[in-house]
Amino acid sequence: MTRWLVITALIGLGACGATQAPDLDAILADNPARTLSEYGLFADQEGRTPSEGVIAYDLINPLFSDHTDKYRYVFLPEGTSVDYTDVDVLDFPVGSVLVKTFAYGERYLETRLLIHKTDGWEAVPYVWNEAQTEATYAPVGARIEIAADLAAPGAPAFTYAVPNKNQCKTCHQTGDAVSPIGPKIRNLNHEGPYGLNQIVDWSARGLLSGAPENAAVMAKAFDPSESLTDQARAYLDINCAHCHKATGSASNSGLWLEWEIEDAVKWGIGKHPTAAGRGSGDALVVIDPGQPDQSILTYRMASDEPGVAMPELGRALVHEEGVALIEAWISEMESEG
Amino acid sequence: MLKHILMGGIGLAILAACGAEPPEQASEESTQSQAVIDATALQMMLIAVEEGGTVELPEGTFELVDGLSLDVDGVTIRGAGQDKTILDFAGQQGAGEGLLITSDDVTVEGFTMRDTKGDGIKSKGADRISYRDLTVEWSGGPDEENGAYGVYPVESSDVLVERVTVRGASDAGIYVGQSDNIIVRDSLAEYNVAGIEIENSTRADVYNNTVTKNAGGLLVFDLPDLPKVGGHSTRLFNNKIFDNNTRNFAPPGNIVASVPSGTGIIIQANDRVEVFGNELQDNRTAHVLLVAYSPEFEDERYNPLVRNVLITGNTYYNGGYEPQGDLKMLAMLMGGKLPDIVSDGVDRWHDHDPVDLGLVIDEPEEVSYVSLGLGAYPLDAGNLAPSNERPDGAVGERLAEVKLTHVE
Repeated sequence: MTRWLVITALIGLGACGATQAPDLDAILADNPARTLSEYGLFADQEGRTPSEGVIAYDLINPLFSDHTDKYRYVFLPEGTSVDYTDVDVLDFPVGSVLVKTFAYGERYLETRLLIHKTDGWEAVPYVWNEAQTEATYAPVGARIEIAADLAAPGAPAFTYAVPNKNQCKTCHQTGDAVSPIGPKIRNLNHEGPYGLNQIVDWSARGLLSGAPENAAVMAKAFDPSESLTDQARAYLDINCAHCHKATGSASNSGLWLEWEIEDAVKWGIGKHPTAAGRGSGDALVVIDPGQPDQSILTYRMASDEPGVAMPELGRALVHEEGVALIEAWISEMESEG
Repeated sequence: MLKHILMGGIGLAILAACGAEPPEQASEESTQSQAVIDATALQMMLIAVEEGGTVELPEGTFELVDGLSLDVDGVTIRGAGQDKTILDFAGQQGAGEGLLITSDDVTVEGFTMRDTKGDGIKSKGADRISYRDLTVEWSGGPDEENGAYGVYPVESSDVLVERVTVRGASDAGIYVGQSDNIIVRDSLAEYNVAGIEIENSTRADVYNNTVTKNAGGLLVFDLPDLPKVGGHSTRLFNNKIFDNNTRNFAPPGNIVASVPSGTGIIIQANDRVEVFGNELQDNRTAHVLLVAYSPEFEDERYNPLVRNVLITGNTYYNGGYEPQGDLKMLAMLMGGKLPDIVSDGVDRWHDHDPVDLGLVIDEPEEVSYVSLGLGAYPLDAGNLAPSNERPDGAVGERLAEVKLTHVE
């Protein structure tokens, strides 16, 4: 076995740009592969170069994950495509894989796969070794010590948490099923890693069918040319709404933060907490217009303490830029008092 | 007492787990006397356990650094006993609760959860769940830094909580939210803000519990702006509810922060609630409080009033002698003390007409009662129109006993 891996690695190294192809049998197997390389999604053992047919993409607004760099790829089985949907996340065909590597520059931490199997999506986490030569299946997740300043200039040393399989589902839940979060048309509709508009590019590649010429575009969360409301709602949509929606893990809170929600109470204006406990700080409502320091939303975003911090999973550091955005938005609201 | 650090790598676990990979080095003896439990391995078992399987937790005190979760149907998580298997979360670094259950037909029994950073055990969308012979506690006593709920089933149908002890929750010890068909019995809730709370739920039987030294004992609440509103059909009976005079240590903003210390039973914004056979003693604000939801709201599905409550055959001793909170001010206007049963007398909201609340007090003459006659919220002492005249409703058809589909 060891020998076989070494040989594979050598072939991988020696065959730059070679025709390594994703292995649909491994992808659709009942049990997850032991190592990431067994799927053939990458041409190299180190997971830096995607195989042919594995397409890099990115999102207009990414989820904040402790300042990690994220490298995203999508694979669709040969001859298949995904139909355009205007609002919902794209319904990728069976055999599709969404690949997301979390890294600080060249230091890869983990690669998460979302695989569309015949009976639904499955979330499969892989953790990279110190030597950066292999990522191994880690259903229980992992904790990785991160030195100060690595995540961002001035960031403290902290423990990065790779979520376990159940925690994957906590965020990737829609009703009883697991589903992707990011790849919605409006969040893909911009120039991607290949320097092309991703909707146009995916259509040209035959990955996407039925896309109109003027598909919706999400407001950029940190683009000051957008209104503060659009920026803030865009930020909350990608960072919170995967749980805070009617079919999500936080449905019982009644706090629903999707972009489409129009009822201001549902997205927090004057809304009393349900089960926040000490997560409420000293605030009485989720958003107190004009009063960011009396709003539970910002209090929980600005905390790094378990039981208080939101999101509950996938964040050990505070996203100062995100907190500042939401504070500015709440400050701008007209006070009702 | 054994104490083991649960931070090591995979492979140290010595846990008996049916349905999961059997540990290689475990022997009967070692499991009993020298259990070594590894948090990673324990979580692995909760992931790898097969449907219908059992995960056994050995005797010992175990330090967890992360929340645990279970998402497999039909699983039993069984400890060696509440005083024998102790999961200690004082060093917890992540997750919003100690144990999260998201699958159906699960039983958790026979262990203690201590000092979780958030909630103790939460089950969401987990139908036919049984919580049994458990202790969930915060060891430092009442503290606003404690987790909100001890036992926290939500959005579920068929919920059983029995022989459970919860201490120190900064919201409700045993909290059942947005659920249907519920039994909470033979349990002890003490030193919490609220002892036992049934919220936005339907068809609950709460009986044979001991509820003491909380700020408020038994709460039946309904709140607006949640996916499920319209709480109804709850029976509170044969509970011992005494000395619930602990200060209210809930963080502000949470609904229970408004609970006056010293209340035995509070029924808020609910329909069809029966209170019978309970022993109420030494609750300083009031033994029984019936109140409408007082904050402003817009939810059109929501009814903030207390309707159709039957109170019968309870015993009352030494209540209302030192009212707290808003009721202190109102009580001052009425001589400083409150009767056994207090209704806010709120019978309308917004521009609705007043309604008949359908309150029935079927108790002996010596049981005291007052309606504050407030009429509507917001609270205005100028509206105070206290009356000791009991409403003249008669006992009608009684609620049916709750039958759970998964329990005899």
